[in-house]
Amino acid sequence: MDNFCEKIFAGDVRASARLMRLVDDRTAGYEEYMKPVWKRAGRAHIIGITGAPGSGKSTMTDQLITRFRSEGKTVGVVAIDPTSPFSGGAILGDRIRMAGHSTDEGVFIRSVGTRGHLGGLSVSTMDITAVMDAMGKDVIIIETVGVGQDEVEIAMVADTCIVVTVPGMGDDIQAIKAGIFEIADIFIVNKADRDGAERTAGDLEMMLEITPRRSGWKVPVLRTAASSGEGIDEVVSVINAHKAFCGGNIKSARLEDRLLHVAYGVVREKIVREVFSEEKLRSLLREGADPYSAVDRLWHGEARGVGAAE
Amino acid sequence: MSKIRILIAKPGLDGHDRGAKVVARSLRDAGFEVIYTGLRQTPEAIVATAIQEDVDAIGLSILSGAHGTVFPRVVELLKEKDAKDIVVFGGGVIPEDDIPALYESGVARIFTPGTPTDDVVRFINENIKPKDVA
Ligand SMILES: Nc1nc2c(ncn2[C@@H]2O[C@H](COP(=O)(O)OP(=O)(O)O)[C@@H](O)[C@H]2O)c(=O)[nH]1
Ligand SMILES: [Mg+2]
Repeated sequence: MDNFCEKIFAGDVRASARLMRLVDDRTAGYEEYMKPVWKRAGRAHIIGITGAPGSGKSTMTDQLITRFRSEGKTVGVVAIDPTSPFSGGAILGDRIRMAGHSTDEGVFIRSVGTRGHLGGLSVSTMDITAVMDAMGKDVIIIETVGVGQDEVEIAMVADTCIVVTVPGMGDDIQAIKAGIFEIADIFIVNKADRDGAERTAGDLEMMLEITPRRSGWKVPVLRTAASSGEGIDEVVSVINAHKAFCGGNIKSARLEDRLLHVAYGVVREKIVREVFSEEKLRSLLREGADPYSAVDRLWHGEARGVGAAE
Repeated sequence: MSKIRILIAKPGLDGHDRGAKVVARSLRDAGFEVIYTGLRQTPEAIVATAIQEDVDAIGLSILSGAHGTVFPRVVELLKEKDAKDIVVFGGGVIPEDDIPALYESGVARIFTPGTPTDDVVRFINENIKPKDVA
């Protein structure tokens, strides 16, 4: 085991990719590898990018990779796409936009499906991020579709949270209000080459005025055209400014939040797996137990083998 | 819960990837995780991607007649990177006569045009197990 983790700490791509696999599959025994990995984590700057499908997150990520590489930084990317609820399969296509970086050894890109984890998507994502962190990546970008609680959670525990919108999406702004507004560190109106960017940016700025801030950081609204690279330099300089702003207190507070978040996810997984498995619950419900009594009975040890002798 | 992961790539210079997309979709519907990388991938890029994504198999769609060089090159690069456990299969416009040489070079299966996608799914289910050891 030590040998496997040493490989990861040395940046070995095969070993790291395999651990990400074990983590995502929750393969028995993966936890033992994650212990030393999490001990190592906490050095990378973690950027969450969220927003509606098609808003340009992958294109933006591609541009950011290029800029960070030219600053001499190594980059990890976790690109999340939805798993089909019908088949459990997924088409993970974010790499298409990042194809220019596939042979750059300073860049590690991993595609992840949302699957349906007991502990929540955010936990396995954080684990994968930790592996990249332990590999020694300087910057890690997490791209996630901006809908649902899991995505909000992922963004919340990043060091810098970026929300991408596009011009003229009134509904989009409504959706943003439902949670992510409060947690954005940077707003971007992408596709600013299209009509209506100023108006959307103005709307966002107005709403930000009345949103309580998480910290002393003033959330900027930036305009970009990711497909041509316009405005990306400014995004990078604001990210770096936010990183400097976070240095010290905020960074360590967010790391602690991240660790706590993972810990709770692991608690959920463990309890469900070992005490409240679907199988056990179903069998009690089938016997006619109401949900509350079924949980009580499992909690007090029935069907855990205790009292099975009767 | 383990899941089979497959890279679908479209090497070569010809410009459309309809066939590759159809295969990607049916693999998704069969419950696999498909990493789709789009057009014009070099063998180097394909192999680097396969390793980062820790896929179980690479499916190559080739229409341009470059199969004779691309397939063996991918297999060779996988060997070089200590990743020859990754299964390589493919499809596209590939003359029957060329297939034995491709199998010789280490390609596991070639699907000729008109093969039902169910056959591809069956091939994967019968020949590939998701990796679950460090
Ligand atoms: N006009 C315009 N199109 C863009 C811009 N950025 C991205 N796109 C296009 O929007 C589409 C979706 O981009 P993608 O990065 O895949 O979006 P994602 O789903 O948020 O990751 C692609 O066709 C991009 O080329 C932009 O700034 N302007
Ligand atoms: Mg995307």
